[in-house]
Amino acid sequence: MKCDRCENQATVHEVTVHKGTKVEKHLCEICAKDEGVVVQHPPMSTLLSKFVISTEPGAKDHRPACPICAMTFAEFRQHGLLGCPSCYQTFEEQLIPLLERAHEGGSLHVGKIPRRAGKSLDRHQRLAALRRELTEAVSLERYERAAELRDELRTVGDVPPDAETDHEPELS
Amino acid sequence: MPSSIDIARHVEWLEPDGPDGDVVLSSRVRLARNLAGFPFLTKADREDRRHVLDLARQHTLSGDLADQMIWVDLTETTGLERELLVERHLISKQHAKGDEPRAVAISSPDERLAIMVNEEDHLRIQVMRSGLRLSDAFASIDTIDNTLEQCIDFAFCPRFGYLTACPTNVGAGIRVSVMLHLPALKLTGEIEKVRRAAKDMCLAVRGFYGEGSDAVGDLYQISNQTTLGKSEHQILENFECEIIPKIIAYERHARQTLLKKRRLVLEDHAHRALGTLERARLLTADEALQLLSAVRHGLVVGVLKDEANLATIAKLMLLTQPAHLQRAVDKEMNQSKRRIARAQLVREMLAP
Repeated sequence: MKCDRCENQATVHEVTVHKGTKVEKHLCEICAKDEGVVVQHPPMSTLLSKFVISTEPGAKDHRPACPICAMTFAEFRQHGLLGCPSCYQTFEEQLIPLLERAHEGGSLHVGKIPRRAGKSLDRHQRLAALRRELTEAVSLERYERAAELRDELRTVGDVPPDAETDHEPELS
Repeated sequence: MPSSIDIARHVEWLEPDGPDGDVVLSSRVRLARNLAGFPFLTKADREDRRHVLDLARQHTLSGDLADQMIWVDLTETTGLERELLVERHLISKQHAKGDEPRAVAISSPDERLAIMVNEEDHLRIQVMRSGLRLSDAFASIDTIDNTLEQCIDFAFCPRFGYLTACPTNVGAGIRVSVMLHLPALKLTGEIEKVRRAAKDMCLAVRGFYGEGSDAVGDLYQISNQTTLGKSEHQILENFECEIIPKIIAYERHARQTLLKKRRLVLEDHAHRALGTLERARLLTADEALQLLSAVRHGLVVGVLKDEANLATIAKLMLLTQPAHLQRAVDKEMNQSKRRIARAQLVREMLAP
């Protein structure tokens, strides 16, 4: 289908009802922008950078760059792409509202956990559970149990995180 | 370019006999993964890219991912060869551009599995199947992901899941999509309702050629956009068991209504399209695809019977695209030469 205004292919389609009559518009992206018709599916990166800019009017960028890859938030805002995994930590605060907007409110992963990460996660969870139990034992003055828990914490906690993943079976 | 990519061999995802194949051309599941310990590609230098490439090559070729995996180093290919891979949906348009170290690993000969290396993320793993087969595709890709994970550490954190260069893919890093043939909804104008409904459900609707393209040949690619806060199974189930069946039912209903109320118009449409394909001396790729779509519609609803067959039409959908056409006649041609060659190829393949 041709654009209503020029010879380009129409890729933006809008149907509105104006005073009870249906008004259809079929425009190419350039004319759509020109007419102020919202493009239905803008590239996500555009949406993200627009969002970031619009939520922080005139904000000066004094935020530190990512210590690992030197990406700045301004740079991310420009391209919509992060520089390394650590950027998620560096820019966590700024990223959360943006993630919620892009993912229907979701900002916490609930899907698959890689098996290796799963192991270290299990350990984190186990450590957290042991610590909770220890605090409880101390507050209830169950010192014998507390000593046991301390020993167990030491055992679990003493395992360096990498030691577990180094012994993965090799694929033949 | 490995000789194993044989254009004469039909791509499996275009075979017309998949489940719900009257409406669903193909299903695709894609995972975005990055290697821990490396910057994303925005900040990767040539050495990082080479390193990722070497690791990916080693593990995709030795990892028992498929009966046979072939490795295509894209820096060693011609533009036409890369265009061919784009047309076969084995690499993205973006991946075809540039001169940075990058590659694609492809399962051969079925081409079901393709792993793009150093695209927007270190790895973009995709499994494609014909018809509505998202669960199957997901089961395969999940196994492949687990196999790779045994030898590669993926960038992951508990809070945000799989870490990707673009925050829109973070979390499950999964994109599920289907290519739908919706000629009746297009004819009745109801397609705009589908577009709007899809948008309300946070789904992306694209054309046959991806982002920014109009739906040539009444082909629409629909995919999820949300990857964080939902599990892979939730995303998959919602898409495969609720959303897509509704669109399929809607299209079938429109086809039946057209058959009952405007059968002659439908017959005219399909026969006219076939007639043009059989007789035309000049054809552009878009025109060919649009006409093939009308013939496909005619065959599926039964207003065309022995005049053509679905398998040939599906083959032509691919062979009439520029790179395939040039490969078929084994020479590079400009646009006007291609129009002549395309019309000739179509006439030959449709000849009784």
